[in-house]
Amino acid sequence: MTENGIPDGLVAVVKRDCPTCRLIAPALAELAQARGLAVYCEDDPDFPEGIAGVVDGRELEASFRLGIEIVPTLLRRDRGREAARAVGWHRDEWRALSGVAGLGATLPESRPGCGSRTQEPGMAYRLKARFTNTGLASREIRLPAEADLEQACYERGWTDGLPVVPPTVERVLEMLDGCRRAPGEAIGLMPPNLVECTVEKVAINAVMAGCLPAYMPVVLAVAEAALIPEFNLHAIVATTNAVAPVVMVNGPIARAIGMNAKGNVFGQGNRANASIGRALQLLVRNVGGGLPGEIDRAVFGNPGKYSFCFAEDESDPRWDSYAVEKGFPPDASTVTLFAGDGVTPIIDHTARTPEELLVSYTDALLATYNRRQVNEVACFLVVGGEHQQVFYQAGWSKADLRRALDERLTIPVHELVPGRAGLGPLGPEIRAQPDLRLPKFRTGGYNIIRAGGSAGKYSAIVSAIGSSGLRPVTREIAP
Amino acid sequence: MTREQVMLDPTAEAAAEQKPRIPRPHALDGLTVGLLDINKPRGDEFLDRLETLLTGRGLAVRRYRKERFSNVASDGLRREVAEACDVVVEALAD
Repeated sequence: MTENGIPDGLVAVVKRDCPTCRLIAPALAELAQARGLAVYCEDDPDFPEGIAGVVDGRELEASFRLGIEIVPTLLRRDRGREAARAVGWHRDEWRALSGVAGLGATLPESRPGCGSRTQEPGMAYRLKARFTNTGLASREIRLPAEADLEQACYERGWTDGLPVVPPTVERVLEMLDGCRRAPGEAIGLMPPNLVECTVEKVAINAVMAGCLPAYMPVVLAVAEAALIPEFNLHAIVATTNAVAPVVMVNGPIARAIGMNAKGNVFGQGNRANASIGRALQLLVRNVGGGLPGEIDRAVFGNPGKYSFCFAEDESDPRWDSYAVEKGFPPDASTVTLFAGDGVTPIIDHTARTPEELLVSYTDALLATYNRRQVNEVACFLVVGGEHQQVFYQAGWSKADLRRALDERLTIPVHELVPGRAGLGPLGPEIRAQPDLRLPKFRTGGYNIIRAGGSAGKYSAIVSAIGSSGLRPVTREIAP
Repeated sequence: MTREQVMLDPTAEAAAEQKPRIPRPHALDGLTVGLLDINKPRGDEFLDRLETLLTGRGLAVRRYRKERFSNVASDGLRREVAEACDVVVEALAD
């Protein structure tokens, strides 16, 4: 007998549901009589009938510890170790392993087995959680079998208002298998409470957000990018402004995990878009402690504070993606985080040339926040599918568009609003030149990206507060 | 396999630690008052007026200023204020 209670000698693992196991029941009885046999039955402690050594194996502990994938499996064990193994029914093999020469004389020579119950969907993680030291450090919350876990998450204040997927040990283990990082690895201090955030906490919140394990490398990169000081997550969480952290994914991983860069790109309906953005928000809430009404002082907030995540549309090679513009190779996968408080459409159904379209762009962009504001305003201009065609057909590069916008997106000093949005921070030498034109986005900057459906002549502005203390950040996703 | 269900805590856990506030003084006599300007426009107007009133009552006043209102005060600044002052007034304005 070993410490796991699995005896030496002959050990068989079977299940009643398996036709081969039922077929060879007489052979099991022969073995039990001739040599003594421990039989672990995975689904019925009364199978096979009439054998003294049947053990209730429904908890699957023995199957897990023995690494059983197929039933029937016959083992010979010696001093707590496996000496021989036969998988499925092969009469000669069973005879040799057991030393019972005439075993199964009336049975067919061989029959394949069936999958062990250890192979059922999700079972591997259930067994790992139950029978191994998982090495996870988070506090375990034990609830009765009949407890409503979704409700338990609400009661503990862990949700954003929508139900979350309960972070059971099994699900967290599966999520962690989506990346190559150790659960205990610290990724940094999560604002606003500046507490250490580990890979394990990222995995737990990713489970709750509804992520698949394949998203885990993206979620980790998002969490790490959010902690880059220039992004200033603390300010984005704590401000009275409406901004949320916006997540943009570039590169092959966006396509591999099925992210949406096309129609309804900022809307609902895509699991990766929805859950990756939500995972960041849950991390801010649960690890960072950024709770609305407490440190989160937003007057309005915006619906993107549930989740605001999308992939850039890189399908047409005529323009570089945002990530390539920032110096990453085209085959790199990256996440970019920027602040955003909503989506303002630019609707122009009539423009057929870049010059015509620029009129709409200029009027819409200058109006961001306030037509006379030049400070603390930033944006991402999102060029939609049909508008992209206008530029492509005229041979305009993204740099051409930027140059044209730089020329047009200016406001004369004499028009500026008072206060820090306009005149406030300007020195006397600038105020003395009322006709001097200042860039609209002089403190926050603006960026040009592509996304959205291919039918419909729209572009969009994702606006935000923007200053030297609040910058978009980009990070490469490690596999 | 009906058994208890186990969830993992998604929170920082350690954040549950509560530190009590230091006792509030009943009077300001003999105390040093720190005035922390978070660097939003016109916060200084409010603090200037407070400084006039406090020094008029014979109190010691020290002025501090964060680099940017949207950034957390640096560890150094926090330590400096904590070491030199008995009470602090932090002003937010616009």
